[in-house]
Amino acid sequence: MRRHTTLSKTVMKDRLFDSFIYIYLLFISVITLYPFLNVLAISLNESLDTVRGGIHIWPRSFTLDNYKEIFQYDNLITGFINSASRTIIGTILGVLSSAMVAYTLSRADFQGRKWFSTIIVLTMYFSGGLIPGYMLIRDLGLINSYWVYIIPGIVNAFNIIIVRSFIDGLPYALQESAKIDGANDFTIFWKIIMPLCKPVLATVALFVAVGHWNSWFDTYLYNSMNENLTTLQYELMKILQNTSMGSTDPNSMKGMTADQLKTFVSPESIKMAISIVTIVPILIIYPFVQKYFVQGMTIGAVKS
Amino acid sequence: MKAVTSNERTMTIIQKPKKKSFWKTFVQQKYLYLMSVPFVLLVIVFNYFPLWGWSMAFQNYKPALSLFQQEWVGFEHFIELFSDERFYRALRNTLGMSLLGLTVGFVMPIIFAVLLNEVRLSVFKRTVQTITYLPHFVSWVVVAGIVTKMLSTDGGVINEMLISLGILDKPAQFMAEGTYFWSIVVASDIWKEMGWNAIIFLAAISGIDSQLYEAAKVDGAGRLRQIWHVTLPGIRPTILVLLILNIGHLTSIGFEKQMLLGNNLVVDYAEVLDLYALNYGIGLGRFSYGTAIGIFNSVISIILLFVANGIFKKYSNSSVM
Repeated sequence: MRRHTTLSKTVMKDRLFDSFIYIYLLFISVITLYPFLNVLAISLNESLDTVRGGIHIWPRSFTLDNYKEIFQYDNLITGFINSASRTIIGTILGVLSSAMVAYTLSRADFQGRKWFSTIIVLTMYFSGGLIPGYMLIRDLGLINSYWVYIIPGIVNAFNIIIVRSFIDGLPYALQESAKIDGANDFTIFWKIIMPLCKPVLATVALFVAVGHWNSWFDTYLYNSMNENLTTLQYELMKILQNTSMGSTDPNSMKGMTADQLKTFVSPESIKMAISIVTIVPILIIYPFVQKYFVQGMTIGAVKS
Repeated sequence: MKAVTSNERTMTIIQKPKKKSFWKTFVQQKYLYLMSVPFVLLVIVFNYFPLWGWSMAFQNYKPALSLFQQEWVGFEHFIELFSDERFYRALRNTLGMSLLGLTVGFVMPIIFAVLLNEVRLSVFKRTVQTITYLPHFVSWVVVAGIVTKMLSTDGGVINEMLISLGILDKPAQFMAEGTYFWSIVVASDIWKEMGWNAIIFLAAISGIDSQLYEAAKVDGAGRLRQIWHVTLPGIRPTILVLLILNIGHLTSIGFEKQMLLGNNLVVDYAEVLDLYALNYGIGLGRFSYGTAIGIFNSVISIILLFVANGIFKKYSNSSVM
C-alpha cells in the first residue's frame, strides 16, 4: 500500500514537472517571437497611427508607405547593394578558402601540414587588438575601400577546423582510388572532396554569410566617410543612434499641415521597416540550412 | 577514431617507397601548396602583423615618422594607464558584465537544454528550437533597436506590463539609467544567444547512454531525479570545457552590444576596455595609448586562460588547450 502511494506521488510529480516544462518553453518562445512580430506590425502600420501607441502583433491601419519611404533613400539602396555583394563575394571566398585549407591540413602526407595548422589554430587564442589592426588596414591602403569588407575576413580558423574534422571523417579509400587513376591533388579536392562536404560547407556558408550581412563595424571604422561604401546595417545603426532615446516626439508634428501629416513617416516606423528588410533575407535562407548548422556547431565546439 | 586510422594509412602509403627529399615532395605536392599558401599568407598578414604593432605602446608613435625615427618611451603609457580613473571604470564595467554573463548567461542555456530535452512531443521541440535559434542570426544593430523599443518609456511593452501589474506607477527610464545598463546588456545577450548556446548541451545530452536512464527508473527515480543524477553528470565535461573557454574570454567580451545599446547618459556603465581603447586610440588619435590598453587586455586574457586551464587540468587530468 505504502509503495503504491509513493509511486503515484512520483507520477503526480512528473505530471506537474511536464506542465512546468511546457509553460516554461512556451514562455521562452513567446518572448523570443513577440519583439519580431511587434517590429513587423509597426513597420506595416500607418506612421501617424503608430504614434498613438498600442500596436502589438497586428497592424491597426495597414499600409506599405513605410517601405515605399525607405526605398527612396539613396544611401539605403547603396547600402543594400554593398551588403548583398559583400555577402555573396565574401561567402564564396570564405567557403572556398576554408575547404581548400581544410583539405590540405587533412592530408597527413602534406609537408606544410604541421606548420600551417599551428599558424592557423593559434589565431583563435590571441588578437593584435583594435588599434594595431586599424593601423595595419591603414598601412595597407584599405581604408576608404570596398576590399576592406572582403580581404581581412577571408580566412577563418574556426571554419577551417569545422571543415577539416568533417573531411577527417570521410573514408580515405575514395581519395586513394582517384590517385591510382592518376588524378592530381586539386582534381581530388574539387571532384571528390567538395561534393562530399556539401553539408558542412552549407554550415560554413551560413556562418560567413550571416557575419557579412550583419556587420557594420568595419563600415563605421574604415568607410564611414564614403557614402558609396555604406552598408545596410551601418545605415540602420546611424538611424537608431540618432533617435536612440525613444520614439517620435509628438510635438515635432504640431506645426505640420494636414497634407504633410498624411505623408509623414516617423523615424520609429523607418527603423522598424529597415529592421525587417535586414531580417527577411536571413529568414528566407534559414529553413534550408537549419538541419546542417546544428551538426556543424557541434563538431566545431567539440574540436575547439 | 576513423580519422586517425585513415591518416595512419596515408603515412604508410607515402613513406613506403623511400624517404624522398623535401624539394621532390614539394614539387609533387604543388597543388596542396597552391591551395594553402595564399591563405596562410593572409593569416600571417592580418593576424600576426598586428602583433608587431604592439611596439607602438612603447613609443610616442607618430604616423608620419618611420620606425627608426619614433621616440621610445618605455612603460610611460602603461604608467599613465594605471593612474587613469577612467581605465579602472572601464575595467570594472568589463569585468562586471562578463561575470554576469559567465554566471547567469552561462546557466540559462544549460537549464533550457535540459528542459527542452525532457519534451517528448517532437513537433513542439522542433518548433521551440527553430524559434529560439533565430535571434542568433539577427544583427546586434537590429537587436539593439528592438531592445530600445521594448524598454522605451512610451509604448514599450516592458513598461506597459510592469505598470499594469502594479509594480511601477510610471514608466521607468531603463535606457537612461546607468544602474540598469549591465543587466540590460546581459539580458539582451541571453535573449539573443540562449537557444543557440543550448545546441552544444543538447548534443552532449543526446550522447548520454539511455541505459543509465533505464537504470535510474528501475531504482524509482522520477524525472527530476533522473535529470539530477543522469543528465547533469552526463554533460559535466562539456560544461567544464565551455566554462574554461569562457573564463579565458572574460576580458574580451566585445564592445558591439555596449556601443549599440549605450548612450551619453549611461557612459559610466557602458564603456568597456575595448571602447576605451577605441575612444582614445582612434577617436583622439592617441595610437600608442590605445595599443597599451589593448595589450593589457590581451595579457589578462592569456593569463586567465592559463589559470583556468590549470585548474581544469588539476581536477580532471585533461586539458582544453
